[in-house]
Amino acid sequence: MAAPDPMLAGGADFRTRLQTWLPKIVLAPSFAIMVIFVYGFIAFTVYLSFTGSRMLPSFDLVGWQNYDRLFRIREWDIAVSNLFVFASLYIVISTIIGLMLAIFLDQKIRGEGILRPIFLYPMALSFIVTGTAWKWFLDPGIGIEHSMHLWGFENFQFDWIKDRDMAVYTIVIAAVWQSSGFVMAMFLAGLRGIDNEILKAAQMDGASNFQMYRRIILPQLRPAFLSAFVILSHLAIKSYDLVIALTGGGPGNATAMPATFMYSYTFTRDQMGIGAASAVIMLMTIAAIMVPYLYAELREKK
Amino acid sequence: MAIASNESAMRSSNVTRMFIYLVLLLFALFYLLPFGIMLVNSLKPLSEITEGNMIALPREWTIEPWLSAWSTAQIGVEPTGLRPYFINSIAMAVPAVAISTVLGALNGYVLTKWHFRGATWIFGLLLFSCFIPFQIVLIPMARILGILDIAGTTYGLILVHVVYGIGFSTLYFRNYYAAFPTELVRAAQIDGAGFFQIFWRIMLPSSGPIIAVCCIWQFTNIWNDFLFGASFASGGAAPMTVALNNLVNSSTGVREYNVHFAGAIMAAGPTLLVYIVAGRYFVRGLMAGSVKG
Repeated sequence: MAAPDPMLAGGADFRTRLQTWLPKIVLAPSFAIMVIFVYGFIAFTVYLSFTGSRMLPSFDLVGWQNYDRLFRIREWDIAVSNLFVFASLYIVISTIIGLMLAIFLDQKIRGEGILRPIFLYPMALSFIVTGTAWKWFLDPGIGIEHSMHLWGFENFQFDWIKDRDMAVYTIVIAAVWQSSGFVMAMFLAGLRGIDNEILKAAQMDGASNFQMYRRIILPQLRPAFLSAFVILSHLAIKSYDLVIALTGGGPGNATAMPATFMYSYTFTRDQMGIGAASAVIMLMTIAAIMVPYLYAELREKK
Repeated sequence: MAIASNESAMRSSNVTRMFIYLVLLLFALFYLLPFGIMLVNSLKPLSEITEGNMIALPREWTIEPWLSAWSTAQIGVEPTGLRPYFINSIAMAVPAVAISTVLGALNGYVLTKWHFRGATWIFGLLLFSCFIPFQIVLIPMARILGILDIAGTTYGLILVHVVYGIGFSTLYFRNYYAAFPTELVRAAQIDGAGFFQIFWRIMLPSSGPIIAVCCIWQFTNIWNDFLFGASFASGGAAPMTVALNNLVNSSTGVREYNVHFAGAIMAAGPTLLVYIVAGRYFVRGLMAGSVKG
């Protein structure tokens, strides 16, 4: 047991007051950083989106002009519809694969300890590394198509990455490769948390495996579904690295995404006002998904 | 009956089990192939890649591509190889991970053990900051780094990664400390222990697992970052991911695929190593950030 602090006259008062203030003093730098670098910066970017900024920020307000122009730019249309196609396929396919692998791994599989890290390791890689690998893999001149030809399948064709209409699906393939194992881990944790007694009771009542999954297990995985959805959609909207490494937004601008659009308009095309407006739209989209989720989480915790 | 109670409640026929194993193995192949083939081809001379089959093993093994990627390959305009950029990434990631973890630990301690009005609000705001698309802060950040005169330097990147890493590190420590018995803290307070004494003597000694989780998570994110690196540190201060992208996507000369692959594996090396050494913590960390219970 520690001895009480020696109470020096005069000093004691200061010390107790210091102790009551210390927690706030310790939290203060982080709080200040957050207020300035997150919320202050958001406010600044929102403000810029209403100005005529080109190469450098300027402060002359132009009303909704940037948003007006943004929605009339064809590349933004392409970027938004690409994101929609990419995000929905990416989320749905990753969830299906992740859930399937988790259910299969949960069947008392021999070698689970080896398979799990194999499924999960792509998550540790940078999207630039993933992009480098898949870019070459999918390149018809040297990757899968080339190898199939050498094996005698002369008619085999797989040139999506060079095809304007199909290139966006190659991003889906690489992104699913990277994250589906992570989704598997989330579902596996959910499955392991389900009480086996309930399942046994259901089995006694003559429920088939399929019925048990549909009626008992899947409904209990609701939180895992929700987390997977939130995390995958968040990753999808932010997707920048993978597009740059895999297709560079091309061919042409066939695989442009809001994240690449924002970067190119802001930093290479000197249309900062429009770039800021596109960033604001991205933030609003994520906030629409995240805020209800975080609100529910925080309320639950209290 | 007694034996059965330890088993899963599921029954399945042998055919079904065969099918399950087959699917699992196919997926293992799907996950392993891209990286495995990249590794194999990084050990081939270029001619074998352009003429031969990508799945074939090298006829002539060579480490030349690795040496070239490390010390002589053309990155941007300089033939420096990836070595200086690898060092940049280390110099950026280590301090950024350390600082954001320390701040996260202190924040988590304050937010769970020293309740005050508005604490939940502050946490909510911090939590949301984990999920913002970073495009929304790029423009003002570029300005601030310019004003502070650390634009295009490793210091600038450290600042950026600390700033946007605090949210996650606070989240981890808060969730961990929330389960830590508050009575112990109160008892120590009654015994006259101060704010830092309690943190140092009571909280930290039991924080091993969460420190590991937080460090692994932060290191993976910071090492793998591309957007901030590309925006704020082009040229000599660029991190590994940016240099790798420059190496792979430079349009001049012959595409040296084998060198690109060696470089990609180097860029993946540290996070893969961390993952292999501490993978179990890594998984737990990913879970802590998403699923509860």
